Amino acid sequence: MTTTNQTLPTKAETRDFNFYYGAFHALKSINLPVVEKRVTALIGPSGCGKSTLLRSFNRMHDLYPGNRYQGSIVLHPDNTNILDPKVDPIEVRMRIGMVFQKPNPFPKSIYENVAYGLKVRGESRRSVLDDKVENALRGASLWNEVKDRLHAPATALSGGQQQRLCIARCLATDPELLLFDEPTSALDPIATANIEELVTELRERVTILIVTHNMQQAARVSDYTAYMYLGELIEYGVTDDVFMRPKKKATEDYITGRFG
Amino acid sequence: MNQKELAAIRGTIRSNRRLDIIFAVAGFVALLIGVMAFVTLFAQMAYNGWERLNPDFFMNFPSRRAANAGILSAWVGSLLVMLVTAVSAVPLGVAAGVYLEEYAPKNLITDIIEINVSNLAGVPSIVYGLLALGVFVYAFGFGQSILSAGLTLGLLILPVVIVATREALRSIPIHIREGAYGVGATRWQVVRDHLVPYSTPGIMTGVIIGMSRAIGETAPIITIGALTFIAFLPPMPISTTAPFVSFDWLWSGFTVMPIQMFNWTSRPEEAFQQNAAAAGLILVFMTLMMNGVAIWLRYRLRKSISW
Repeated sequence: MTTTNQTLPTKAETRDFNFYYGAFHALKSINLPVVEKRVTALIGPSGCGKSTLLRSFNRMHDLYPGNRYQGSIVLHPDNTNILDPKVDPIEVRMRIGMVFQKPNPFPKSIYENVAYGLKVRGESRRSVLDDKVENALRGASLWNEVKDRLHAPATALSGGQQQRLCIARCLATDPELLLFDEPTSALDPIATANIEELVTELRERVTILIVTHNMQQAARVSDYTAYMYLGELIEYGVTDDVFMRPKKKATEDYITGRFG
Repeated sequence: MNQKELAAIRGTIRSNRRLDIIFAVAGFVALLIGVMAFVTLFAQMAYNGWERLNPDFFMNFPSRRAANAGILSAWVGSLLVMLVTAVSAVPLGVAAGVYLEEYAPKNLITDIIEINVSNLAGVPSIVYGLLALGVFVYAFGFGQSILSAGLTLGLLILPVVIVATREALRSIPIHIREGAYGVGATRWQVVRDHLVPYSTPGIMTGVIIGMSRAIGETAPIITIGALTFIAFLPPMPISTTAPFVSFDWLWSGFTVMPIQMFNWTSRPEEAFQQNAAAAGLILVFMTLMMNGVAIWLRYRLRKSISW
């Protein structure tokens, strides 16, 4: 999209980051910056580790035994290494939101879904909740579609609406960084277009890291692109450069469809 | 394809179909044997006991004269024992199930506990009776009371509740958990706000299946010393004078439906056999009602939960 100056502040960065599923070395020495208030896309063939990398940013791997992090992921401006064992993964997840591959609204009402993150943070004042729920739903371009049925079950919404609801659920708590894990892979083309448009709007207010296996999508929504292959970061740069003038042969092969 | 090949294929299909029909018939016969056995038993019981089913039968205490005998103390006893069973087994079973599924570290000790929980479900109920006689009746001093009986049956169905809880938790999709953890919920918040509410239909089903087993249990209740001839009711749980609620009934002697039945079947007079049949009819009806409620609840609650 836009060609941006490299001197923009970074919101987060991985430093010599390695990840292991048991004995399997899934990510190898990843050094990736995430530029503030921009969209960074992670692309690469299935199994390249892009989702693994994304899920490391909010310590999702902590939920399952046998996973191990090495190196650091630093969150700016406070320079917190979010992988530090002293840092509570709950705190990390409160600062960094995540939208999953499959829309995963809770089987509760629309309102309760959006308010849940706030309730977890101890907010119980009705007026505050009402305001934040409305703002989050507006932010996710869902308000007009659901304002008359906030207490209807979330699972009655369409797939695309459910995914925007999940985005609203994250937005309600003002995350510093928003992670998207192939957010449109379960959606039809129209719903996909809506989500892409939303991502573009959101970059004004939040830093975004998005995994996609759809290269056109990466080209459309992202400012920076990282190409990964077999657990390694092969190339990173401004999206237009990566797509038009890839520096590495491997990247070019993948982008032009000769491989992957 | 020529006529000859076509005929050959049709021949093959015909012989394949024959096996289909043979299995369908065999399966139907197998089903019939199971269902007919129950229907016959039930019909015989209904035939024998039918004429004893009148309001007096429910409102009378047992008596030496068969025509005056009723099941008042038995059904009240069964009801109260079941109440204690549910109140003791549900919180313990759900807590243990949640812990095993969500909190316990995956190691050898957990594995051993898991295997034992499944095995506990297969322990003969008389063994629970012996245990309860030693622990509840004597060691804890609860005596031969409703409390002892309820706790015994609670122990008996505990493994069923634990297993049902774990199954229900496991059926919650992983992406729902991740969604909850993703917004910063702690494990307890995920359990309280999501996992337990969403697994309620499954847990309820397990609880009621366990209860319908417990309501028919005789051996452990006899072992702890339930009386077979009771002509009084436990003290009322509510009263008109302060403090209005009383738990004295927990300490009361009691009898339950299957014991009352057992008592009557051991009498030589024909009239008492009729009483036993009528009581059996009521017991089966109670069990069917509980299962019916389980199905209804599962249907009602599942409607509001979908992924």
